[in-house]
Amino acid sequence: MWIYEKKLQYPVKVSKCDPMMAKFLIEQYGGADGELAAALRYLNQRYTIPDKIIGLLTDIGTEEFAHLEMIATMVYKLTKDATAEEMKEAGLGAHYADHDKALFYHNAAGAPFTATYIQAKGDPITDLYEDIAAEEKARATYQWLINMSDDPDIIDSLSFLREREIVHSQRFREAVEILKEDQGRKKVF
Amino acid sequence: MSKTLSEEFYRLMEQLQEVDFVLVELTLYLDTHPEDYDAIKQFNEFAQKSMVLKQQIETKYGPLQQYGNSYSGYPWNWDQPPWPWQM
Amino acid sequence: MPTNRKYYRPYIGPCDPCPPIRVKSYETPPQLYLGFQPYGLKQFDPSTALRKGTLWPALYAPYTNPYEPREEEE
Ligand SMILES: [Fe+2]
Repeated sequence: MWIYEKKLQYPVKVSKCDPMMAKFLIEQYGGADGELAAALRYLNQRYTIPDKIIGLLTDIGTEEFAHLEMIATMVYKLTKDATAEEMKEAGLGAHYADHDKALFYHNAAGAPFTATYIQAKGDPITDLYEDIAAEEKARATYQWLINMSDDPDIIDSLSFLREREIVHSQRFREAVEILKEDQGRKKVF
Repeated sequence: MSKTLSEEFYRLMEQLQEVDFVLVELTLYLDTHPEDYDAIKQFNEFAQKSMVLKQQIETKYGPLQQYGNSYSGYPWNWDQPPWPWQM
Repeated sequence: MPTNRKYYRPYIGPCDPCPPIRVKSYETPPQLYLGFQPYGLKQFDPSTALRKGTLWPALYAPYTNPYEPREEEE
């Protein structure tokens, strides 16, 4: 089971009211390489991977939910006190018409979240390569988001999240090495 | 209504975020380095630090975790703001 | 600090409508080079680690917007 903790992983700060940035950040909430997709991808792969990798998938998958909460926090703070008019001006008119201020699992272009974002091939190496690619894609997305922001506080949180993708990618690369080594030893787990 | 959040709350919370972040990093590291004795020692030391800090925060500001991983005050104070996105 | 940013010069066509960006860049962060992380790597202190997003300087690769402000055409 999972235990919720009433604490952000990182002290997210937002100092500028900027609903348009929220529109872009939602990419990492409900987009193909976003935090929800990441969490669901890793947790789902646990059932068909050698035991040695299950702990890593569990822990990275769980951390992704903490990142999802950070993104939600930024979106929440960026839009909380925006008026309908400000939402419209920020390009969030279509969102507002359907959801008011509610967050929704869709990407920056408004395409709803879909399970097709999450690959699950059942082949351990294939799935880990998928995960490495997913981490690099998320890292790239954070770079593009940083390029579009001029709020040092938003950039600060996005930089933290980008760095986490680097560490996750590193661990998945090590997981591949662990599986390669085990195969060489012809050991059965 | 909840007590206004003091600077102390934010300071303690950030200390906890720091200690728990070390634990996250060591967790992922140990998942791929299960035999690094020094890292496991450091992990256990930080787990202890985290427990002490959590207790300190919870006595003053209410439970951090649910399902019995934290004690409750009276009345039930799980609902007391701030939630993480309100901090 | 050694940079993980690499550069290349894209082809500039005679009919490109936007003023060309002559040098483009991409990132090659440390997980591409580190290999299996060795034991006992130097660590940041906890407060710095949280700020930087990793416990290990060897995995830390800061990123900044690579776009230069547009210069006026000569
Ligand atoms: Fe990740």
